Amino acid sequence: MAHNYQSKYQNPVINWIDTRLPIFWLVDTAVGAGHPTPKNLNYWWNFGSLAGLCLVIQLISGFVLAMHYTPHADMAFASVEHIMRDVNYGWRIRYIHANGASFFFVVVFIHIFRGLYYGSYKAPRELLWMLGVTILLLMMATAFMGYVLPWGQMSFWGATVITNLFSAVPFVGDSIVTLLWGGFSVDNPTLARFFSLHYLLPFVITGTVILHVWALNMPGSNNPSGIDVKGPQDTIPFHPYYTIKDVFGIAVFLAVFCAFVFFMPNALGHPDNYIPADPLATPSHIVPEWYFLPFYAILRAVPDKLLGVVAMFASIGVLFVLPWLDTSPVRSATFRPLYKKFFWIFIVVCFGLGWCGQADTDMPLIPFGEDEQAIAENIAARLPADSRAELLANVPGDLKVLETYATRAGMSEAAFERLVEKEKVTFDVLHLNRLLTAYYFFHFLVLIPLLGWFEKTRPLPESLSSPVLSPSAMPAE
Amino acid sequence: MSIEADAIDGADVNRRDFIHIATGSMLAVGGAMVAWPFIHQMNPSADVRALATIEVDLAALEPGMGMKAMFRGKPLFIRRRTDAEIAEAREVSMTSLPDPQADEERAQKAEYLVLLGVCTHLGCVPLGTGSGEKRGDYNGWFCPCHGSHYDTSGRIRKGPAPYNLEIPFYEYTSDTTIKVGKEV
Repeated sequence: MAHNYQSKYQNPVINWIDTRLPIFWLVDTAVGAGHPTPKNLNYWWNFGSLAGLCLVIQLISGFVLAMHYTPHADMAFASVEHIMRDVNYGWRIRYIHANGASFFFVVVFIHIFRGLYYGSYKAPRELLWMLGVTILLLMMATAFMGYVLPWGQMSFWGATVITNLFSAVPFVGDSIVTLLWGGFSVDNPTLARFFSLHYLLPFVITGTVILHVWALNMPGSNNPSGIDVKGPQDTIPFHPYYTIKDVFGIAVFLAVFCAFVFFMPNALGHPDNYIPADPLATPSHIVPEWYFLPFYAILRAVPDKLLGVVAMFASIGVLFVLPWLDTSPVRSATFRPLYKKFFWIFIVVCFGLGWCGQADTDMPLIPFGEDEQAIAENIAARLPADSRAELLANVPGDLKVLETYATRAGMSEAAFERLVEKEKVTFDVLHLNRLLTAYYFFHFLVLIPLLGWFEKTRPLPESLSSPVLSPSAMPAE
Repeated sequence: MSIEADAIDGADVNRRDFIHIATGSMLAVGGAMVAWPFIHQMNPSADVRALATIEVDLAALEPGMGMKAMFRGKPLFIRRRTDAEIAEAREVSMTSLPDPQADEERAQKAEYLVLLGVCTHLGCVPLGTGSGEKRGDYNGWFCPCHGSHYDTSGRIRKGPAPYNLEIPFYEYTSDTTIKVGKEV
């Protein structure tokens, strides 16, 4: 923005304002005709503006809900029911807000995967990417605190579990948790501050989004081929070409969104949250909202409390340093045959982690039979010395034979069956969970740095225009 | 596939105009349909509307006694008037009233006067309903804020208030029970 800027608008009123405060210029260069955009953007590039729309939906429905909600432990649950039953269209506004949070995460996750696939995090867009990860973190904090506000069972116990994460911090953990709670447990002070923060953080998100868009406007959008824009022949104006494409995407998005809001508004929620918070009884099966499940799975994968928390935060922290972990000079997976395969494996791993996050950890997945050694040792302990030595020297691989020893040791048939059941060896959810967690970090910390060295990438096109205009790319008549 | 020349150079103005106008219209209609719930949510909610009417039992009132009730967040004054008070209200000449209205129009049954206890000047609650309260120069109500005097029909007689005390909508549901307010 140079000094002595003179607006170029024809309309004298707009010109007068724009010369003094160039907001027309700003909008025009950010999302208008004055913003040259790569001409080959595909529909995966719709999810940035969709995320912006989601933020606006959450801001509007949220401030309206705050008009009717009461942030007090004794009244919060009832005030949400008041919104559902008494307030004009309150049910609709609340369902928009609750499902809007889920859709915000759907859109943002797709937006992030788009960036991973097309290498949008690489130079010169590192800061743009890091601001995006910051927005994700802020969204997670905001969503978590919003979920506490209805003060149902899942609200209360979710708040208890998540705030207790901080008790893993060495030495000062308990003090931190007490500070977060404002008391000795999750209670009214906790609810009041969560409400305050839930109202504050969206403004922080909005500010970060403005920085995100600003950082986007400096290098401009990445594109599916991942190569730099070479000149005007490679670009088209953002308006009307991408505004109309975004509007079409918004229409499709809203159709799906409305299907949830009007026909299955509670599909993504948990029924236990319609039970008022009870500090004396934890629900039998606590799960976070679906968008936290992969991170929750990573937390559970680690048997150590502190390291589990560290791993969970590291799973997002690793995204911050991704621009420097990736050593490949090629951005788009289109020209990276190996990375493309690993990308899709990574997607499957993320979904797998999400699935693990909601499953019971000890649910068996693959049975491997029984641990005969352990069974034999258990039986041997009850046998006289000579028989014990005979059994242990030559552990039979046959349950029938083991059972005869068990009978000799005076075990009942039922006791033997219980013993066999106890020593069953299976590959259960927790094992899968650990495997996928290990792979998640393996992908970022080992695969991505190594691929840059070993991968043979396909030749890049000269420019955005050349793959379209070169004779070999022309379709046959 | 053939592309018509006029579709490329923009000569097919009518079709393009139609698409623009249709898109704009859909946005306007859709925007209005989205906006309405967000505006209407500010109107009274069902629990507030449920209190739009109240029932008041007048049986306990003796002649000369008054009572107060809460109606839509405001005080409701009910006075069972004595014959002398009724006569006093009905003998006044209309020309001496700042806001002329006959007492017959202000009470469905002459005995019971039902008023909103809100001074028409600046919204204070006038005195005169409870026993021992100052009733003003005209034996009705007196507003302590700026000194408005109301008579035994609740009409303004002296002071800054411009209008008579408001009579809310009410109907008798039995000889001694009234239902105040219209359902909304």
